[in-house]
Amino acid sequence: MTQTEPKMVDVFSDVEIDTALATNAAGFAIAAMADTNPHIVTLTADLGAVLAEFRERHPARYIELGIAETNSVSVAAGLATCGYLPYIYSMAPFGILKCAEQIRTDLAYNHLPVRLVGRLTGLAMGIFGTSHHAVEDVAVARALTNMTVIAPADSNAVLSLMRSTEHHEGPIYVRISEGAGQVYVEPPAFEFGRWLRLRTGVDVSLIGHGMGVGLAVRAAHELAARGVEADVYDAAFLKPYDADSIVDTVRRTGAVLTIEDHSEVGGLAGIVAETLGRNGVSARVGHVALPDEDLEVGVPADLYEYYGLTPAGVVNKALELAQL
Amino acid sequence: MLERGRPITSAELNRRADWIRLQTVDLIEQAGIGHYSSTFSCAEIIATLYYHVLRLRPDDPQWPDRDRFLLGKGHVATGLWPVLADLGYYPAEWLKQFGKIGSPLNDHPNMRLAPGIDFSSGSLGHNLSVATGIAYAGRLSNLDYRTFVLTGDGELQEGQVWEAAMAASHYRLGNLVAIVDANGFSGAGPTSDAMNIEPLATRFEAFGWRAVEIDGHDVDALTRTFDELPDPSSGQPTCVIARTRKGKGVAMMEESPQAWHLGLLSPRLRDRVVAEISGRMR
Repeated sequence: MTQTEPKMVDVFSDVEIDTALATNAAGFAIAAMADTNPHIVTLTADLGAVLAEFRERHPARYIELGIAETNSVSVAAGLATCGYLPYIYSMAPFGILKCAEQIRTDLAYNHLPVRLVGRLTGLAMGIFGTSHHAVEDVAVARALTNMTVIAPADSNAVLSLMRSTEHHEGPIYVRISEGAGQVYVEPPAFEFGRWLRLRTGVDVSLIGHGMGVGLAVRAAHELAARGVEADVYDAAFLKPYDADSIVDTVRRTGAVLTIEDHSEVGGLAGIVAETLGRNGVSARVGHVALPDEDLEVGVPADLYEYYGLTPAGVVNKALELAQL
Repeated sequence: MLERGRPITSAELNRRADWIRLQTVDLIEQAGIGHYSSTFSCAEIIATLYYHVLRLRPDDPQWPDRDRFLLGKGHVATGLWPVLADLGYYPAEWLKQFGKIGSPLNDHPNMRLAPGIDFSSGSLGHNLSVATGIAYAGRLSNLDYRTFVLTGDGELQEGQVWEAAMAASHYRLGNLVAIVDANGFSGAGPTSDAMNIEPLATRFEAFGWRAVEIDGHDVDALTRTFDELPDPSSGQPTCVIARTRKGKGVAMMEESPQAWHLGLLSPRLRDRVVAEISGRMR
C-alpha cells in the first residue's frame, strides 16, 4: 500500500495552533462544507454553540431540536429520505448512548446518510459526573450493521475525515476527542477504512484512536530515547477497521498496545484482540483504556492521569509489553 | 399519476376497507401469525387515504412531489401490502411470498425492500419524528407534498412522540398530518388502563396542534376531514383522532379485541370470518 506521508507536528516544539479551530474543528468544517453542498443540514439537541459559524452562513439549514436527542435522530432520518445530508451535533453520552435504538432502527437499518458528530466524548465532561462519561459509545456504535465509526486524532484529522466521508452512503459516527493533542500539521490523507502508519519500529506496536494517537506519538518519542522503537498507527477508522494493519504490525513487533479514552470493552482493545484471534496471530497484547468498573469523577486532566491516559502511562505499559 | 381527491363513493370505500380485511386474513394465514384486530380498526383509514386522499405515482415510488404516508403502527402492514399491489407498486404475486424468507413484504414495513414505503417502522414512537423531518424537508425544498403518519393510540405512550409533537408545532409544519387510530387497546389490554393517554385532542392542542376528532370507520367523515385540511401555510400541524373499534367488522373480534391482537384463525373460524366480511360486500 502506498500512502502519502502525513505531515506531523514536532511534539517537542511549541506548536502554533489556531485554538478556536482546534477546539471546534467539526463546527468550522461543516460550515465550509455546506458552502459547496446545498444538501447539508445541521441539527442539534442544545449544542448550537458549536455551530455558530454554520448558523451565520446557512441559517435556513440549521435545525435546533431542543434537549430531545432521540427525536433529533429520527427527524434527521426523515430529512435524509428527502435528499438532505444531516449532521447532528450532540454531546456523545446523550446523542449516541441514549439514541442507540433510533440510530440502529432509523439510520443504520435504512442505510441513511446521517452523520452523528459526537462532541465531549470519553471523559471530556468528567467533572460533571458519570452520567456525562461517554466511554461505551464506540462499542455501541460499532455493533450496529451498516455504521461507520471514525475517531479523528486532532483537528486536522477532523477536517480530513469529515471531508473525505461527505459522500459516503450510510450513517457515520464521528467521535470528536476533546482531550487530543495536535498530531498533524495539515489535514492528512485517509483511505476509507485504512489506518495511517505514523512511525515505524520493530519492538512494540502502539495503536490509538482519537486522543490515543497523540499519546502514542508522544510516548514513541520517549520510548525511542530508551532504545525501544515503536510502530505507531492512527486507528481513525474503528468501523470498518484496518485488520491488515493490525496483522502486519504485530507480525513485525510481536507486541501491541492499544490506547483509547474508551471502555476496555468493545473498543479498540477488542478490535485488536478479535483480529489477532481470528487470524491466528500470537502476540503480547495490552491496552491503555478505561476499566470496566465504576469510574471516577474529576477534571479531565486528573482523570487522564489517574487512568494512565498520558504519555508516561503509555510508556510504562509499552515497556512491560516490549520485554526488552 | 393518482391525484389528490380522486372521486370514489362511500359504498366503494367501505367495500375497499372490507377487501383490506379479507386480504389481511389471507396474508396472516400464509405467515402463520399476525395482527388481525389492529389492522381491522384502521381499514377505513387506509382505504380513504390510498383511494381518495394521497397524491401518488406508483410507477415512480421516489417521485419527490408525492404525498408521504408513514405507518407508525407498523404491525398492521398486512393491511397495506394488498393496497400497494393493487395500485401497481409491485405485482400481486409478491403477496404470495409474504411471511417467507427473502420476501420484500415483511410483517412490519421495510423501506429498502418494498416500493411505496416512505419509511420503515416497527419500533413504536419513531415515525412521528421521522414525518416531522420529512415535512420539514418539504418546506425547505419548496415542495407542496403533505406528510401523513398513522399512529396507534398505545404508541402515544412513547415519550418520543411528544418530542416530535413539540417540534412539529414549533416549526409550524402545516404540511404534517398525524392520524391516531384510537381503538382503545394496546397489546396487553385497554390502552388507558396501562397508562392514560386521554384526553387526546386536548393534549395535542396543548402541544400546538389543530385536533379533529371523528369516527374512524365513517368514510364520509374521513373524506371530509382530509378534503378540508387547512392549507399548509396555516402553520399548524393537524392531528386526526380517529375513534375506532379494535377488530372492527368481525363480531367476535369486536367482542374480544385482545384475543385477536396477535394470533391465527383456525380453518373453521377463518371460514366464519370470511363469510361475515364477504356477506357485507355483496
